[in-house]
Amino acid sequence: MSDLHFFGYRRENGRVGIRNHVVILPLDDLSNAACEAVANNIKGTLALPHHYGRLQFGEDLELHFRTLIGSGANPNVAAVVVIGIEPAWTARVVDGIAQTGKPVQGFAIEQHGDIDTIAAASRTAKDFLQTASELSREKCPISDLWVSHKCGESDTTSGMGANPAVGNFIDKTDAVGVTNCFGETSEITGAEHLCRERAATKEIGDKWFATWQAYMDEVIEPNKTSDLSDSQPTKGNIEGGLTTIEEKAMGNLLKIGKKARYIDVLTPAETPEKGPGLYFMDTSSAAAECVTLQAAGGFAVHIFPTGQGNIIGNPIEPVIKVTANPRTVRTMGEHVDLDVSGLLRREMNLDQAGDALIDMVLRTCNGRLTAAEALGHREFVMTKLYRSA
Amino acid sequence: MSSVAPDFLVHDNYDAVGVVVVEGITAGQSLEGWVMDSDQTLTMAVNEAIPLGHKFALKDLKDGDPVIKYGENIGRAVADIPKGYHVHVHNLKTSKW
Repeated sequence: MSDLHFFGYRRENGRVGIRNHVVILPLDDLSNAACEAVANNIKGTLALPHHYGRLQFGEDLELHFRTLIGSGANPNVAAVVVIGIEPAWTARVVDGIAQTGKPVQGFAIEQHGDIDTIAAASRTAKDFLQTASELSREKCPISDLWVSHKCGESDTTSGMGANPAVGNFIDKTDAVGVTNCFGETSEITGAEHLCRERAATKEIGDKWFATWQAYMDEVIEPNKTSDLSDSQPTKGNIEGGLTTIEEKAMGNLLKIGKKARYIDVLTPAETPEKGPGLYFMDTSSAAAECVTLQAAGGFAVHIFPTGQGNIIGNPIEPVIKVTANPRTVRTMGEHVDLDVSGLLRREMNLDQAGDALIDMVLRTCNGRLTAAEALGHREFVMTKLYRSA
Repeated sequence: MSSVAPDFLVHDNYDAVGVVVVEGITAGQSLEGWVMDSDQTLTMAVNEAIPLGHKFALKDLKDGDPVIKYGENIGRAVADIPKGYHVHVHNLKTSKW
């Protein structure tokens, strides 16, 4: 196991990426048009339009900055052009990304207008793209890999096949120094007693429980209509045979395997700082919001087990789909990277499924495009904590 | 590995429900099951059509009984559910609220 390797891009700060994007990053909703124009001018760059960034404040604003800076800092990104309506907040994002040592430059639209800004930013984007195009992949040990995990459109086959396969992956890779991350705070409801016990220490377990309880007290309780307000399980989950949040949570938690213990609890989009190991990140259970936060935390590749067939992708972090549902394989196979439905037919065991997943992850790291990448899924969705001013 | 593909799976020896893993199961059909925890097999008939991924009762459940899957409590029966009948959102609710 420990001799497994992949070929990635080693960045200025030592982190290893598996893609080589030049990102055109809007500070705010107003700057999306300019960013998309630059990405249209300079083929091969990637604009990340989003909906927010104006009149936010407090922790919601801090999360906005953390998400943007983290997305630019992600090792799958070679260089970044930041465009904002005004210079002060634009500079804050630029300075944050610059901490990694990678090329980054900011442009503000006020007193220049879109057209001059697009022209200037396009020249920089072209230089960044050509520089990035000469970077080479190098051989890296599997311990250089940061892998995030989140399931979606789950059904009972998730708990029987795809999620335990991910659990086998985490148990094996945790043992050789890979950094793994799971999240989905609301979706652990019903298995919170089990999740608390999976912490490396009682203190970390208490920190996790306080995070879960805070979500229940501050978001669910004041706003609920019934149960989890009809949000969990989803209509797709129920169609797939799931009934209660407890049943869904039990299946969800199988993703973290049997042996690995989480060593820290991260705030949304926070970068792990305790070294290799398994981390929990406080996230929504909505696919695009969760993966966007994990990518901003620095994770390079995502494993996404699904039952009924969630089709999510992310612009900077490749999302690998794995399913054990034979109907999903048959009806929407173009979205599936790894079929482990053989687990349900007793044609393969969990050990084999976990090995197949490791192989698919390494192939993806080496450059294989995921189904979501090939199909153009680039869901970049900011998490909003409360209404803007 | 077995060469016989099961019609339904049971996670744990103590589970009250089995999960159908093939399509097209109809009322009255006799099914082959596999208990993953103990690697045992069993044969059981269902009294209703059960879609892929859906559950049926492995034993008679009474209104109010806890429903065990994964060896854990996943909710409570809100109606009597005889053995072999569909267990879903119409007769199983969360115990959390």
